[in-house]
Amino acid sequence: MAKGLTLDHVAIAKGTDVLLQVDHCIAPGEVLTVMGPSGVGKSTLLSFVTGTLAQDFRATGRVLLDGEDITGLPPHRRKVGILFQDDLLFPHMSVGANLAFGLTGGGSRADRDSRVAAALDEVGLGGFAGRDPATLSGGQKARVSLMRMLLSEPSALLLDEPFSRLDATLRAQVRDMVFARARARGLPVLMVTHDADDAAAAGGQVMQLGRG
Amino acid sequence: MSRRRLLPLLPLLTLLAMLGPVAAGLWGTVLPAFGHLPAAGLTGPSLAPFRELFDWAGLPRAVFLSLSTGLLATMLSLAIVTLVTAGWSGTRAFRVLERLLSPLLSVPHAAAAFGLAFLIAPSGWLSRVVSPELTGWERPPDLLIVQDTWGLTMTAGLVAKEVPFLLLIMLAALGQADARRSVAVAQALGYGRLTGWLKTVFPVVYAQIRPPVYVVLAYSMSVVDVAVILGPNTPPPLSVQIVKLMSDPDLALRLEAAAAALLQLALVIGALGLWRAGEIIVAGLGKRWIAAGGRGRLDTPVAGLALLAGAGAALAVLLGLVVLTIWSFAGFWGYPDSLPDSFTLTNWARHGDGAVEALGETALIAAVAAFVALILTIGCLEAEYRYGLKWSARSVWLLYLPLLVPQTAFLPGLQTLLLGIGADVGRIPVMAAHLVFVLPYVFLSLADPFRAWDRRMGTIAAALGAGPDRVLWQVRLPMLLRPILTALAVGLAVSVGQYLPTLLIGGGRVATLTTEAVALASGGDRRAIAVYGLMQTGAALVPFALALLVPALVWRKRQGLRHG
Repeated sequence: MAKGLTLDHVAIAKGTDVLLQVDHCIAPGEVLTVMGPSGVGKSTLLSFVTGTLAQDFRATGRVLLDGEDITGLPPHRRKVGILFQDDLLFPHMSVGANLAFGLTGGGSRADRDSRVAAALDEVGLGGFAGRDPATLSGGQKARVSLMRMLLSEPSALLLDEPFSRLDATLRAQVRDMVFARARARGLPVLMVTHDADDAAAAGGQVMQLGRG
Repeated sequence: MSRRRLLPLLPLLTLLAMLGPVAAGLWGTVLPAFGHLPAAGLTGPSLAPFRELFDWAGLPRAVFLSLSTGLLATMLSLAIVTLVTAGWSGTRAFRVLERLLSPLLSVPHAAAAFGLAFLIAPSGWLSRVVSPELTGWERPPDLLIVQDTWGLTMTAGLVAKEVPFLLLIMLAALGQADARRSVAVAQALGYGRLTGWLKTVFPVVYAQIRPPVYVVLAYSMSVVDVAVILGPNTPPPLSVQIVKLMSDPDLALRLEAAAAALLQLALVIGALGLWRAGEIIVAGLGKRWIAAGGRGRLDTPVAGLALLAGAGAALAVLLGLVVLTIWSFAGFWGYPDSLPDSFTLTNWARHGDGAVEALGETALIAAVAAFVALILTIGCLEAEYRYGLKWSARSVWLLYLPLLVPQTAFLPGLQTLLLGIGADVGRIPVMAAHLVFVLPYVFLSLADPFRAWDRRMGTIAAALGAGPDRVLWQVRLPMLLRPILTALAVGLAVSVGQYLPTLLIGGGRVATLTTEAVALASGGDRRAIAVYGLMQTGAALVPFALALLVPALVWRKRQGLRHG
């Protein structure tokens, strides 16, 4: 089977209402943008892919990641990373501990510490490991959040309105950084947004969801 | 793997721990009430126990007291809390009351009752402060204030303790009622703040606080420790009579006690029905009142009176503690003097050893009951989260059930059952009995913050590769440290304050601060009572202080958790 993230005849319904139907394959390094006004169930699609769909929804179809069917796997075994509009850094952990949380297991402590430090350096936050996340600026938090996700070495990336809380200048900057890193790592990206700029910046296919 | 199989069972186990003893106790009450008590060589069925109960000349009075104190205390507490919230929420005076709430709540009923008695008795502090200058009294006046025939002092004592409880419940309900905007709209339409609140917010809020209001009613009707300390004793309220009969060495009297317990249950059910009818009537009148469109000309005096009553309730408890403190250090203290001649440590030295021993017992029982309750509660809430279980609106009443069935109705039966099966009364059964009352409060305290936790945190953590257990232990529980410790403190305070379960299930052999303090009530040694009452208060209060302090220390470098 093909590399990438495949949504194979996915349909999500609430009661008798079919919210959305998607049948699409996202190749490594490509972005599929799902657009639509709030309330059409865009985020529902993402929770189906992460395996956290609420019980009042019914979903059919399969999710394949690099050819493996992950539809039945528990959320923590899917290797699907996600970013939300809020940074959702764990408030009780330091910046470094947040990054280490996502770091794949193994390695000596010194080795892990240096991987965390390198990740911070990569986004211009060298020396921030001991900081309290609450003291960071919005842009800094977004970067930490991104690196935390990347350190867990996911095979696909989901974005849930990830830039809508950032102001205009920061927004373009963070957006470029996210897409550049996803492309560099060859991650298939599934983004939901209601913002046309985000869709344009993503540069991939755009799927429009609307009220039927 | 075994844990994964255990977790789904926890909600069931919790219900069993909470409702099992209640059901068993009621069963153990029904049998002897109809003359069946093989342990005493009696087999039923027979109506003799009820005949004996109805032959007791004090019964009408005991029943009346149970109803009057319960209904009056509930109505007054609810009225004070409602009117104070209506007239003052959002103001500075209200914030002061809010801040006093936690300490007031944690003062055990018995300690608050003793404090009130020491305050308002003819020889109490208030009388001393104004004598002889204002009153001319050189000796305590011959008035029956404490233990008055009508149970008014007992009612006042209950009000002082139930007002903080209902206020807490009210504040929790307000958070979900969008009260501020409703009142703002009403005020824009020309309504006074109080009338506007009553007409727009109260109907929504009352629907939410109804179960705890019912709990207050059931509790006030059947309370024992407050009744022993402040209530009349010739005859006493029905609940006290039940305990008297149960403590009699003559086993046959247990039959009459069981019959009285069933009567108590019937009274509570009847009073709840009466209250429900009252709700319907008030709702009908309220609709007319709302439709009549009055803007509330009496708002200012009513709000003023309510605040006075609320502050009075708070002061009664706080001043009571002050007087207990003075007595615990008092040397000779002649009547009209406002303060003792000298202060001494003798009282603490004399009663300290016994009190410390009782403190150990109290702490052990409370710690076990509260920890078990906390683990069951977290297990239930986590199971609910992982498996998407949903509580229906009706099943919430299950949580309140152990608090609605009067203690005096099922604990005597539970004791009889335990004796019947040869189980030793003692510490472990007492812990299990405490759990019945601790669990609902711990659950109610933790459920909202636990459910309000941002689920996306869980999604993120799982996406980073953390399994459900790791998410729980490393993310969710640390983030919820403060509400978890608060729930634990609530559980400890509830256990510390328990009188009847300790007395009956402990068979008189488990001595906690509460049972020791209440046992001192009839002796009238104010210094001893003061020492035990203060120790009891401290045992309940210190965990609350720690619940504030520990998260502030642990997370002192984490701003994001400072307001959580």
